[in-house]
Amino acid sequence: MPENCIYIARSSAIAARALAGEMMVMNSADSTFFTLNEVATAIFQAADGHTPLRDIVRDRICEQFDVDPEQAQADAEQFVAELSGHGILLVSNQPLASETP
Amino acid sequence: MSLMSEVGQKAFNLGVPIAVHMDVTYRCNERCVHCYLDHDDHGEMTTGEIKDVLDQLAEAGVFFLTFSGGEVFMRRDFFEIVEHARRLMFNVKIKTNAVMIHEAEARRIRELGVDTIQISVYSHRPEVHDAITKLPHSFERTIKSIRFLHEQGLRVTIANVLMTVNSSDHTGVQKLAAELGVHYTLDPTITPMMDGDTSVLSLRIPGEELPEVFRNPALVGSQEEFCAPPKPPSAEDLEGYSCSAGHSFCYISPYGDVFPCVQFPLPTGNIRQQKFLDIWNFSPQMKEVRSIQAKDLTVCSSCSHVSSCARCPGLAYVEGSMRGPSTADCEKSFYRTGVPTANMLRQGLSKPRTTAPLIQIRPIAVPA
Repeated sequence: MPENCIYIARSSAIAARALAGEMMVMNSADSTFFTLNEVATAIFQAADGHTPLRDIVRDRICEQFDVDPEQAQADAEQFVAELSGHGILLVSNQPLASETP
Repeated sequence: MSLMSEVGQKAFNLGVPIAVHMDVTYRCNERCVHCYLDHDDHGEMTTGEIKDVLDQLAEAGVFFLTFSGGEVFMRRDFFEIVEHARRLMFNVKIKTNAVMIHEAEARRIRELGVDTIQISVYSHRPEVHDAITKLPHSFERTIKSIRFLHEQGLRVTIANVLMTVNSSDHTGVQKLAAELGVHYTLDPTITPMMDGDTSVLSLRIPGEELPEVFRNPALVGSQEEFCAPPKPPSAEDLEGYSCSAGHSFCYISPYGDVFPCVQFPLPTGNIRQQKFLDIWNFSPQMKEVRSIQAKDLTVCSSCSHVSSCARCPGLAYVEGSMRGPSTADCEKSFYRTGVPTANMLRQGLSKPRTTAPLIQIRPIAVPA
Protein backbone atom coordinates (compact mmCIF):
# COMPACT_ATOMS: atom_id res chain seq x y z
CA MET A 1 0.00 0.00 0.00
CA PRO A 2 1.47 3.39 -0.92
CA GLU A 3 2.21 5.72 1.99
CA ASN A 4 -0.04 8.46 0.70
CA CYS A 5 -3.09 6.20 0.42
CA ILE A 6 -6.10 7.91 2.02
CA TYR A 7 -9.34 6.20 3.04
CA ILE A 8 -12.48 8.17 3.80
CA ALA A 9 -15.74 7.29 5.51
CA ARG A 10 -18.84 9.26 6.38
CA SER A 11 -19.29 10.05 10.07
CA SER A 12 -22.29 8.50 11.80
CA ALA A 13 -23.11 11.89 13.32
CA ILE A 14 -24.23 13.40 10.03
CA ALA A 15 -27.48 13.68 8.16
CA ALA A 16 -27.44 13.83 4.38
CA ARG A 17 -29.85 13.88 1.46
CA ALA A 18 -29.61 14.70 -2.22
CA LEU A 19 -31.65 17.62 -3.52
CA ALA A 20 -31.64 18.28 -7.26
CA GLY A 21 -28.16 16.81 -7.79
CA GLU A 22 -26.58 18.47 -4.77
CA MET A 23 -26.02 16.81 -1.41
CA MET A 24 -27.24 18.51 1.77
CA VAL A 25 -25.08 17.53 4.73
CA MET A 26 -25.58 18.48 8.35
CA ASN A 27 -23.48 17.56 11.35
CA SER A 28 -25.70 17.05 14.40
CA ALA A 29 -22.76 17.73 16.71
CA ASP A 30 -22.58 21.42 15.80
CA SER A 31 -25.41 21.92 13.26
CA THR A 32 -22.99 22.95 10.52
CA PHE A 33 -24.83 22.72 7.23
CA PHE A 34 -23.29 22.26 3.80
CA THR A 35 -24.42 21.67 0.29
CA LEU A 36 -22.01 19.75 -1.92
CA ASN A 37 -21.76 20.24 -5.66
CA GLU A 38 -21.98 17.33 -8.08
CA VAL A 39 -18.28 16.41 -7.91
CA ALA A 40 -18.10 16.68 -4.13
CA THR A 41 -21.32 14.65 -3.90
CA ALA A 42 -19.73 11.86 -5.94
CA ILE A 43 -16.75 11.73 -3.54
CA PHE A 44 -19.04 11.87 -0.49
CA GLN A 45 -21.21 9.04 -1.79
CA ALA A 46 -18.17 6.89 -2.51
CA ALA A 47 -16.73 7.41 0.99
CA ASP A 48 -17.25 3.81 2.10
CA GLY A 49 -14.13 3.53 4.26
CA HIS A 50 -12.38 0.93 2.14
CA THR A 51 -11.99 2.48 -1.31
CA PRO A 52 -8.82 4.61 -1.46
CA LEU A 53 -9.42 8.26 -2.32
CA ARG A 54 -7.20 8.04 -5.38
CA ASP A 55 -9.41 5.20 -6.74
CA ILE A 56 -12.53 7.28 -6.06
CA VAL A 57 -10.97 10.19 -7.95
CA ARG A 58 -9.88 7.97 -10.84
CA ASP A 59 -13.11 5.96 -11.17
CA ARG A 60 -15.79 8.43 -10.08
CA ILE A 61 -14.38 11.87 -10.83
CA CYS A 62 -11.96 11.72 -13.76
CA GLU A 63 -14.12 9.27 -15.65
CA GLN A 64 -17.44 11.04 -15.10
CA PHE A 65 -16.40 14.67 -15.10
CA ASP A 66 -13.53 14.70 -17.61
CA VAL A 67 -11.02 16.53 -15.39
CA ASP A 68 -7.23 16.48 -15.12
CA PRO A 69 -6.29 13.64 -12.72
CA GLU A 70 -3.61 15.58 -10.81
CA GLN A 71 -5.83 18.60 -10.35
CA ALA A 72 -8.77 16.39 -9.40
CA GLN A 73 -6.67 14.57 -6.78
CA ALA A 74 -5.47 17.87 -5.28
CA ASP A 75 -9.01 19.29 -5.19
CA ALA A 76 -10.34 16.08 -3.67
CA GLU A 77 -7.72 16.11 -0.92
CA GLN A 78 -8.56 19.72 -0.10
CA PHE A 79 -12.27 18.91 -0.02
CA VAL A 80 -11.69 15.87 2.20
CA ALA A 81 -9.54 17.92 4.60
CA GLU A 82 -12.25 20.56 4.86
CA LEU A 83 -15.07 18.11 5.54
CA SER A 84 -12.87 16.15 7.92
CA GLY A 85 -12.27 19.36 9.86
CA HIS A 86 -16.02 19.70 10.31
CA GLY A 87 -16.42 16.06 11.42
CA ILE A 88 -18.33 15.12 8.26
CA LEU A 89 -15.73 12.69 6.92
CA LEU A 90 -13.36 10.39 8.78
CA VAL A 91 -9.90 10.09 7.24
CA SER A 92 -7.24 7.45 7.75
CA ASN A 93 -4.31 5.83 5.98
CA GLN A 94 -5.91 2.49 6.90
CA PRO A 95 -9.29 1.19 5.72
CA LEU A 96 -12.10 2.39 8.00
CA ALA A 97 -15.13 0.49 9.22
CA SER A 98 -18.23 2.34 8.06
CA GLU A 99 -19.96 3.95 11.03
CA THR A 100 -23.62 3.26 11.69
CA PRO A 101 -25.74 5.01 14.30
CA MET B 1 -30.51 34.61 2.55
CA SER B 2 -28.86 31.85 4.60
CA LEU B 3 -27.81 28.60 2.97
CA MET B 4 -30.56 26.83 4.92
CA SER B 5 -33.18 29.28 3.61
CA GLU B 6 -31.86 28.86 0.08
CA VAL B 7 -32.20 25.11 0.32
CA GLY B 8 -35.69 25.46 1.79
CA GLN B 9 -36.71 27.74 -1.07
CA LYS B 10 -35.25 25.34 -3.60
CA ALA B 11 -37.23 22.43 -2.12
CA PHE B 12 -40.37 24.62 -2.10
CA ASN B 13 -39.91 25.54 -5.77
CA LEU B 14 -39.25 21.94 -6.76
CA GLY B 15 -42.09 20.55 -4.64
CA VAL B 16 -39.74 18.31 -2.67
CA PRO B 17 -41.02 17.35 0.82
CA ILE B 18 -37.82 18.35 2.56
CA ALA B 19 -39.37 18.25 6.06
CA VAL B 20 -41.88 15.87 7.64
CA HIS B 21 -43.42 15.83 11.10
CA MET B 22 -44.40 12.32 12.16
CA ASP B 23 -46.39 11.53 15.28
CA VAL B 24 -45.51 7.94 16.18
CA THR B 25 -48.21 7.68 18.86
CA TYR B 26 -50.96 9.74 20.46
CA ARG B 27 -50.54 7.85 23.76
CA CYS B 28 -49.06 9.90 26.57
CA ASN B 29 -48.02 9.60 30.20
CA GLU B 30 -49.14 13.17 30.89
CA ARG B 31 -52.64 14.64 30.61
CA CYS B 32 -51.90 18.26 29.86
CA VAL B 33 -54.86 20.57 30.33
CA HIS B 34 -54.47 22.14 26.88
CA CYS B 35 -53.74 18.98 24.87
CA TYR B 36 -55.84 18.48 21.73
CA LEU B 37 -55.21 14.74 21.36
CA ASP B 38 -57.24 11.62 22.09
CA HIS B 39 -54.68 9.45 23.89
CA ASP B 40 -56.19 6.05 23.07
CA ASP B 41 -54.48 3.81 20.54
CA HIS B 42 -56.80 3.36 17.57
CA GLY B 43 -54.39 1.22 15.59
CA GLU B 44 -50.96 2.80 15.41
CA MET B 45 -48.60 1.83 12.63
CA THR B 46 -46.40 -1.12 13.55
CA THR B 47 -42.61 -0.92 13.73
CA GLY B 48 -42.40 -2.49 10.28
CA GLU B 49 -44.93 -0.09 8.81
CA ILE B 50 -43.09 2.93 10.19
CA LYS B 51 -39.75 1.65 8.88
CA ASP B 52 -41.34 1.21 5.46
CA VAL B 53 -42.68 4.78 5.62
CA LEU B 54 -39.21 6.04 6.55
CA ASP B 55 -37.73 4.21 3.55
CA GLN B 56 -40.30 5.94 1.35
CA LEU B 57 -39.64 9.34 2.89
CA ALA B 58 -35.90 8.99 2.29
CA GLU B 59 -36.59 8.11 -1.34
CA ALA B 60 -38.89 11.13 -1.64
CA GLY B 61 -36.07 13.46 -0.53
CA VAL B 62 -37.13 14.17 3.05
CA PHE B 63 -34.17 15.50 5.05
CA PHE B 64 -35.61 17.02 8.24
CA LEU B 65 -37.66 14.53 10.24
CA THR B 66 -39.43 15.40 13.48
CA PHE B 67 -40.72 12.60 15.71
CA SER B 68 -43.45 13.65 18.09
CA GLY B 69 -46.66 12.46 19.72
CA GLY B 70 -48.27 11.90 22.26
CA GLU B 71 -45.16 10.92 24.09
CA VAL B 72 -42.73 9.21 21.73
CA PHE B 73 -41.21 7.06 24.48
CA MET B 74 -44.59 5.41 25.11
CA ARG B 75 -43.55 3.27 22.12
CA ARG B 76 -41.15 0.55 23.27
CA ASP B 77 -39.77 0.43 19.73
CA PHE B 78 -38.98 4.15 19.58
CA PHE B 79 -35.20 3.73 19.61
CA GLU B 80 -35.50 1.09 16.90
CA ILE B 81 -37.43 3.62 14.80
CA VAL B 82 -34.88 6.39 15.42
CA GLU B 83 -32.03 4.00 14.64
CA HIS B 84 -33.63 3.14 11.31
CA ALA B 85 -34.19 6.83 10.57
CA ARG B 86 -30.57 7.65 11.30
CA ARG B 87 -29.34 4.79 9.12
CA LEU B 88 -31.32 6.49 6.36
CA MET B 89 -29.43 9.68 7.24
CA PHE B 90 -32.36 11.86 8.22
CA ASN B 91 -31.73 14.93 10.34
CA VAL B 92 -33.80 13.85 13.36
CA LYS B 93 -35.50 16.08 15.89
CA ILE B 94 -37.48 14.66 18.83
CA LYS B 95 -40.32 16.37 20.69
CA THR B 96 -40.91 14.83 24.12
CA ASN B 97 -41.85 15.60 27.70
CA ALA B 98 -38.59 13.78 28.63
CA VAL B 99 -40.10 12.16 31.71
CA MET B 100 -38.94 8.71 30.57
CA ILE B 101 -35.42 9.80 29.62
CA HIS B 102 -32.76 8.69 32.07
CA GLU B 103 -28.99 8.61 31.73
CA ALA B 104 -28.96 5.51 29.50
CA GLU B 105 -31.63 6.93 27.16
CA ALA B 106 -29.78 10.26 26.96
CA ARG B 107 -26.60 8.42 25.99
CA ARG B 108 -28.44 6.41 23.34
CA ILE B 109 -29.94 9.58 21.87
CA ARG B 110 -26.47 11.05 21.59
CA GLU B 111 -25.07 7.87 20.02
CA LEU B 112 -27.83 7.96 17.45
CA GLY B 113 -26.82 11.45 16.32
CA VAL B 114 -30.16 13.11 17.02
CA ASP B 115 -29.98 16.79 16.10
CA THR B 116 -32.29 18.41 18.63
CA ILE B 117 -34.59 17.41 21.48
CA GLN B 118 -37.49 19.77 22.15
CA ILE B 119 -38.98 19.43 25.61
CA SER B 120 -42.18 20.94 26.98
CA VAL B 121 -41.77 22.92 30.19
CA TYR B 122 -44.77 24.98 31.26
CA SER B 123 -43.43 26.81 34.28
CA HIS B 124 -40.35 27.27 36.43
CA ARG B 125 -42.64 26.56 39.38
CA PRO B 126 -43.02 22.78 39.93
CA GLU B 127 -46.55 23.09 41.25
CA VAL B 128 -47.73 24.99 38.16
CA HIS B 129 -45.99 22.63 35.71
CA ASP B 130 -47.37 19.54 37.48
CA ALA B 131 -50.87 21.03 37.63
CA ILE B 132 -50.78 21.49 33.83
CA THR B 133 -49.38 18.01 33.06
CA LYS B 134 -51.50 16.34 35.79
CA LEU B 135 -48.51 14.07 36.44
CA PRO B 136 -47.07 14.43 39.95
CA HIS B 137 -43.31 15.18 40.03
CA SER B 138 -43.24 15.62 36.25
CA PHE B 139 -41.36 18.93 36.59
CA GLU B 140 -38.64 17.31 38.68
CA ARG B 141 -38.32 14.37 36.27
CA THR B 142 -38.31 16.56 33.17
CA ILE B 143 -35.64 18.90 34.52
CA LYS B 144 -33.50 15.94 35.61
CA SER B 145 -33.76 14.52 32.08
CA ILE B 146 -32.80 17.85 30.55
CA ARG B 147 -29.63 17.75 32.66
CA PHE B 148 -28.85 14.21 31.43
CA LEU B 149 -29.32 15.28 27.82
CA HIS B 150 -27.25 18.43 28.28
CA GLU B 151 -24.46 16.42 29.89
CA GLN B 152 -24.33 14.32 26.75
CA GLY B 153 -23.68 17.48 24.74
CA LEU B 154 -27.05 17.29 23.03
CA ARG B 155 -28.90 20.33 21.75
CA VAL B 156 -32.01 20.80 23.89
CA THR B 157 -34.76 23.35 23.45
CA ILE B 158 -37.35 24.08 26.08
CA ALA B 159 -40.73 24.77 24.47
CA ASN B 160 -42.89 26.91 26.69
CA VAL B 161 -46.59 26.88 25.82
CA LEU B 162 -48.16 30.16 26.82
CA MET B 163 -51.71 30.07 28.23
CA THR B 164 -53.81 31.70 30.92
CA VAL B 165 -52.63 29.39 33.69
CA ASN B 166 -48.92 30.15 33.14
CA SER B 167 -48.95 33.45 31.27
CA SER B 168 -46.77 35.18 33.83
CA ASP B 169 -44.15 32.42 33.93
CA HIS B 170 -42.41 32.74 30.57
CA THR B 171 -39.66 34.95 32.01
CA GLY B 172 -39.01 32.39 34.74
CA VAL B 173 -38.87 29.51 32.24
CA GLN B 174 -36.53 31.50 30.02
CA LYS B 175 -34.23 32.06 33.01
CA LEU B 176 -34.43 28.36 33.90
CA ALA B 177 -33.42 27.45 30.33
CA ALA B 178 -30.40 29.75 30.61
CA GLU B 179 -29.42 28.14 33.93
CA LEU B 180 -29.68 24.69 32.35
CA GLY B 181 -27.65 25.85 29.35
CA VAL B 182 -30.37 25.02 26.83
CA HIS B 183 -32.35 26.97 24.25
CA TYR B 184 -35.77 28.45 24.87
CA THR B 185 -38.71 28.97 22.59
CA LEU B 186 -42.18 30.27 23.27
CA ASP B 187 -44.87 28.05 21.81
CA PRO B 188 -48.23 29.68 22.45
CA THR B 189 -50.45 27.58 20.17
CA ILE B 190 -53.66 26.35 21.72
CA THR B 191 -55.48 24.05 19.32
CA PRO B 192 -59.05 22.68 19.54
CA MET B 193 -59.39 19.01 20.51
CA MET B 194 -59.30 16.51 17.66
CA ASP B 195 -62.99 15.74 18.21
CA GLY B 196 -63.84 19.42 17.65
CA ASP B 197 -64.24 20.25 21.35
CA THR B 198 -63.15 23.87 21.74
CA SER B 199 -63.29 24.04 25.55
CA VAL B 200 -59.49 24.08 25.77
CA LEU B 201 -59.50 27.40 23.93
CA SER B 202 -60.57 29.06 27.16
CA LEU B 203 -56.90 28.61 28.13
CA ARG B 204 -55.74 30.97 25.42
CA ILE B 205 -54.23 34.22 26.62
CA PRO B 206 -56.54 37.17 25.92
CA GLY B 207 -55.70 39.20 22.81
CA GLU B 208 -55.29 42.31 24.95
CA GLU B 209 -52.27 40.65 26.57
CA LEU B 210 -50.55 39.99 23.25
CA PRO B 211 -48.98 43.45 22.89
CA GLU B 212 -46.99 42.77 26.07
CA VAL B 213 -45.54 39.66 24.43
CA PHE B 214 -45.00 41.37 21.09
CA ARG B 215 -43.08 44.19 22.72
CA ASN B 216 -40.75 41.93 24.66
CA PRO B 217 -37.42 42.07 22.77
CA ALA B 218 -36.24 38.93 24.55
CA LEU B 219 -39.02 37.07 22.76
CA VAL B 220 -39.43 38.79 19.40
CA GLY B 221 -36.07 40.41 18.69
CA SER B 222 -36.37 43.91 17.23
CA GLN B 223 -39.68 45.32 18.39
CA GLU B 224 -39.50 48.07 15.77
CA GLU B 225 -39.23 45.52 13.01
CA PHE B 226 -41.68 43.01 14.50
CA CYS B 227 -44.38 45.59 15.19
CA ALA B 228 -43.87 47.75 12.07
CA PRO B 229 -47.05 48.80 10.23
CA PRO B 230 -47.68 46.65 7.14
CA LYS B 231 -46.17 47.73 3.83
CA PRO B 232 -48.44 47.90 0.77
CA PRO B 233 -48.31 44.51 -0.97
CA SER B 234 -46.34 44.22 -4.19
CA ALA B 235 -47.39 42.19 -7.24
CA GLU B 236 -44.84 39.60 -6.10
CA ASP B 237 -46.46 39.40 -2.66
CA LEU B 238 -49.81 38.61 -4.28
CA GLU B 239 -48.22 35.80 -6.28
CA GLY B 240 -46.82 34.32 -3.04
CA TYR B 241 -47.94 31.35 -0.97
CA SER B 242 -48.87 31.15 2.70
CA CYS B 243 -46.29 28.69 4.04
CA SER B 244 -44.51 25.42 3.33
CA ALA B 245 -47.52 23.21 4.20
CA GLY B 246 -48.09 20.87 1.25
CA HIS B 247 -45.25 22.50 -0.71
CA SER B 248 -42.18 21.19 1.08
CA PHE B 249 -43.64 19.99 4.39
CA CYS B 250 -46.29 17.55 5.58
CA TYR B 251 -47.53 15.68 8.63
CA ILE B 252 -48.06 11.95 9.13
CA SER B 253 -50.26 10.66 11.96
CA PRO B 254 -49.65 7.44 13.96
CA TYR B 255 -52.36 5.84 11.82
CA GLY B 256 -50.66 6.68 8.53
CA ASP B 257 -52.86 9.61 7.55
CA VAL B 258 -51.04 12.30 5.61
CA PHE B 259 -51.93 15.98 6.08
CA PRO B 260 -50.38 19.19 4.70
CA CYS B 261 -49.34 20.15 8.24
CA VAL B 262 -49.82 19.10 11.85
CA GLN B 263 -52.10 22.13 12.16
CA PHE B 264 -53.97 21.56 8.88
CA PRO B 265 -56.40 18.65 9.36
CA LEU B 266 -57.22 18.17 5.67
CA PRO B 267 -56.85 14.43 4.93
CA THR B 268 -54.91 13.86 1.72
CA GLY B 269 -54.42 10.07 1.83
CA ASN B 270 -53.31 7.17 3.98
CA ILE B 271 -49.90 5.63 3.70
CA ARG B 272 -51.28 2.17 4.51
CA GLN B 273 -53.25 2.31 1.28
CA GLN B 274 -51.02 4.35 -1.02
CA LYS B 275 -47.36 5.07 -1.50
CA PHE B 276 -46.22 8.31 0.13
CA LEU B 277 -45.08 9.83 -3.16
CA ASP B 278 -48.42 9.01 -4.80
CA ILE B 279 -50.18 10.99 -2.06
CA TRP B 280 -47.62 13.80 -2.17
CA ASN B 281 -47.62 14.15 -5.95
CA PHE B 282 -51.17 13.26 -6.95
CA SER B 283 -53.56 13.86 -4.05
CA PRO B 284 -56.20 16.39 -5.25
CA GLN B 285 -56.19 17.93 -1.77
CA MET B 286 -52.41 18.45 -1.79
CA LYS B 287 -52.67 19.95 -5.26
CA GLU B 288 -55.40 22.30 -4.12
CA VAL B 289 -53.40 23.47 -1.09
CA ARG B 290 -50.41 24.04 -3.37
CA SER B 291 -52.41 26.08 -5.86
CA ILE B 292 -53.49 28.85 -3.47
CA GLN B 293 -51.67 32.16 -3.90
CA ALA B 294 -52.22 35.31 -1.87
CA LYS B 295 -54.24 36.85 -4.71
CA ASP B 296 -56.73 33.92 -4.42
CA LEU B 297 -57.58 34.58 -0.78
CA THR B 298 -61.18 35.69 -0.41
CA VAL B 299 -60.65 38.39 2.19
CA CYS B 300 -56.90 38.55 2.82
CA SER B 301 -55.98 39.43 -0.80
CA SER B 302 -57.31 42.93 -0.14
CA CYS B 303 -55.85 43.21 3.39
CA SER B 304 -53.03 45.65 4.10
CA HIS B 305 -51.35 42.90 6.16
CA VAL B 306 -51.20 40.38 3.30
CA SER B 307 -47.44 40.67 2.78
CA SER B 308 -46.48 40.42 6.47
CA CYS B 309 -49.23 38.37 8.12
CA ALA B 310 -48.27 34.82 9.13
CA ARG B 311 -51.73 33.62 8.07
CA CYS B 312 -52.02 29.90 8.75
CA PRO B 313 -54.03 28.14 6.01
CA GLY B 314 -54.64 25.24 8.42
CA LEU B 315 -56.29 27.48 10.99
CA ALA B 316 -58.26 29.14 8.18
CA TYR B 317 -59.38 25.67 7.06
CA VAL B 318 -60.51 24.86 10.62
CA GLU B 319 -62.50 28.10 10.57
CA GLY B 320 -64.27 27.11 7.37
CA SER B 321 -62.14 27.79 4.30
CA MET B 322 -58.49 27.32 3.44
CA ARG B 323 -58.83 30.43 1.24
CA GLY B 324 -60.45 32.44 4.02
CA PRO B 325 -58.97 34.42 6.87
CA SER B 326 -57.60 32.89 10.05
CA THR B 327 -59.10 35.02 12.81
CA ALA B 328 -56.29 34.14 15.19
CA ASP B 329 -53.74 35.55 12.76
CA CYS B 330 -55.92 38.64 12.12
CA GLU B 331 -55.86 39.21 15.85
CA LYS B 332 -52.11 38.74 15.92
CA SER B 333 -51.56 41.19 13.05
CA PHE B 334 -53.80 43.76 14.72
CA TYR B 335 -52.21 43.54 18.17
CA ARG B 336 -48.74 43.49 16.64
CA THR B 337 -49.21 46.65 14.55
CA GLY B 338 -52.38 48.39 15.74
CA VAL B 339 -53.69 48.36 12.16
CA PRO B 340 -57.12 46.69 11.66
CA THR B 341 -57.26 43.79 9.18
CA ALA B 342 -59.61 43.52 6.18
CA ASN B 343 -61.40 40.72 8.01
CA MET B 344 -62.10 43.03 10.95
CA LEU B 345 -63.10 45.95 8.75
CA ARG B 346 -65.63 43.91 6.78
CA GLN B 347 -67.24 43.01 10.11
CA GLY B 348 -67.20 46.66 11.21
CA LEU B 349 -64.78 45.95 14.05
CA SER B 350 -62.19 48.43 15.25
CA LYS B 351 -60.58 45.72 17.40
CA PRO B 352 -60.90 41.91 17.36
CA ARG B 353 -63.80 40.18 19.04
CA THR B 354 -62.75 38.69 22.35
CA THR B 355 -64.06 35.33 21.16
CA ALA B 356 -61.34 34.76 18.56
CA PRO B 357 -61.02 30.98 18.42
CA LEU B 358 -57.26 30.67 18.57
CA ILE B 359 -54.13 32.52 19.49
CA GLN B 360 -51.12 31.65 17.46
CA ILE B 361 -47.99 33.74 17.54
CA ARG B 362 -44.56 32.82 16.35
CA PRO B 363 -41.91 34.83 18.11
CA ILE B 364 -38.32 33.96 17.47
CA ALA B 365 -36.49 31.18 19.28
CA VAL B 366 -34.13 32.67 21.82
CA PRO B 367 -30.75 30.97 22.30
CA ALA B 368 -29.60 30.31 25.83
